[in-house]
Amino acid sequence: MILNMGPQHPSTHGVLRVILEIDGETIVRIMPDIGYLHTGIEKTCEAKFYQQVVPLTDRIDYLCPMTNNLCYALAVEKLLGLEIPPKAQWLRVMMNELTRINSHLVWLGTHAMDIGALTVFLYCFREREDVLRLFEAVSGQRMMTSYFRIGGVALEPPLDFFGRVRDFANRFPSKVDEYENLLTGNPIWGMRTKGVARITAEDAIALGASGPTLRGSGVDFDLRRDMPYSGYENFKFKVPVSQDGDVFARYACRVQELRESIGMVQQALDGMPEGPIKADAPKVVLPDREKMKTQMEALIYHFKIITEGFAVPAGEVYQAVESPRGEMGYYIVSDGTAKPYRVHMRSACLANLQLLPKMCEGKLIADVVAAIGSIDIVLGEIDR
Amino acid sequence: MLTPAITDLEQLKEHPAVARLRSWNPAAVEGAKFDRDELSIYVERSSLREACALLRDDTNCPFNFLADVTCVDLHPTEPRFEVIYHLLSISKKERVRLKVRLGSDGPAVESVTSVWPAANFFEREVFDLFGIRFTGHPYLRRIQMPEDWEGHPLRKDYPVEGYR
Repeated sequence: MILNMGPQHPSTHGVLRVILEIDGETIVRIMPDIGYLHTGIEKTCEAKFYQQVVPLTDRIDYLCPMTNNLCYALAVEKLLGLEIPPKAQWLRVMMNELTRINSHLVWLGTHAMDIGALTVFLYCFREREDVLRLFEAVSGQRMMTSYFRIGGVALEPPLDFFGRVRDFANRFPSKVDEYENLLTGNPIWGMRTKGVARITAEDAIALGASGPTLRGSGVDFDLRRDMPYSGYENFKFKVPVSQDGDVFARYACRVQELRESIGMVQQALDGMPEGPIKADAPKVVLPDREKMKTQMEALIYHFKIITEGFAVPAGEVYQAVESPRGEMGYYIVSDGTAKPYRVHMRSACLANLQLLPKMCEGKLIADVVAAIGSIDIVLGEIDR
Repeated sequence: MLTPAITDLEQLKEHPAVARLRSWNPAAVEGAKFDRDELSIYVERSSLREACALLRDDTNCPFNFLADVTCVDLHPTEPRFEVIYHLLSISKKERVRLKVRLGSDGPAVESVTSVWPAANFFEREVFDLFGIRFTGHPYLRRIQMPEDWEGHPLRKDYPVEGYR
């Protein structure tokens, strides 16, 4: 029998359609069908100035906007050969790890809800709300932050922002204990996740998996540690790896990452350097509001950047960062003008989704929901 | 600050990927470029799949992870398309970019799905949005656009607003 799951199925986290060929309760074949959220962002980017692409990057993966901002900004900075001041780098790392927490909390809540543990969702969204308030404080937006700009970050964080982050960072580890109390030792959770949707390390690599999905299969690889960017080499953190390769292993990796991320936020708070938050490149970075109103030159630069953008030397770069879901990559080709010739996003979810047939074929239909949840897909990123 | 790109193949022959490909078949490497700390190798079209398999199984520096496949349309110049493969070596933490140039007349290249199953969705996307055929692909159908869509939206001669 052919069964159509989605695109409006609540457990597909968006508009993923999965075509299932089943024999009784057993899956014979499974085929993900995507494209329902395709908005042509890559094409749109080609018609925008470099700085105008930043808000578009938020909208690709709406659960980790700052990671996308960071990846795009790093790629363009690499094209420009721009040096970023240390404070901006540390702020970026801190916000990036908060974004990871935000994203993992949504994943944990919805994943547990899919499997039937409703309570966790409410607990997770309680803390997610705190993170979103922090985002709102720095950028004025809860979700589509666009806080990182080419050459630095948009604004100096408001007064007492670091105090609020520290307050959250002190509180958060005990909250992770709460989630784990609800799930980790729970026999029903164990039965629904242990040994389910197993994937070997070889298959995971061959199918292009990355992030916690890859580390859950025992491959010890994390771009933040192994190919550091944006000052991650200054931070100490463990990369959680699990050998089991099942849904529980991926769950364990992500929950552990929550703890590591909040540790990195603490380190960023402790070691936050002083100094400017934007690179010293007047032709690329918008001037301060204050300077614009007092200095003619700053006003001219502002006018030029807004009206005609800034030219980026010809060339191409591929910049990858570790997003909450895996390797997020931006491939940007410049032809020397103020608009990118080509922007391509390497989506971690698109590759991770290819694991689904390997995980589910020959298994029970009820485990498909657990498998989809464990890859942590965001359809906006898959379809772009 | 930016340093000029190195395009001389002789200067880049020490790199494991260039060395491996050249020792296998010198004609397979059409050129190379080292720019902004990233290496691109232009591979001759017919030897692409074998080159990928060689780099994946190299004992010295195995590029065992296919990070991405994409394409750039250089319309109106010829050869019009560049299909781009981003390879990653998980053990050596090294990246390399392979490029294949394709003309505008029926652009096609051999699929690398037999080397990395990961290429499946990536190549379908390039087929969908650029109209490049990957011979030997198990399921080469549109992935992002509707099945009955006409044209390939990421080509440069396709207007941003769409056909009206």
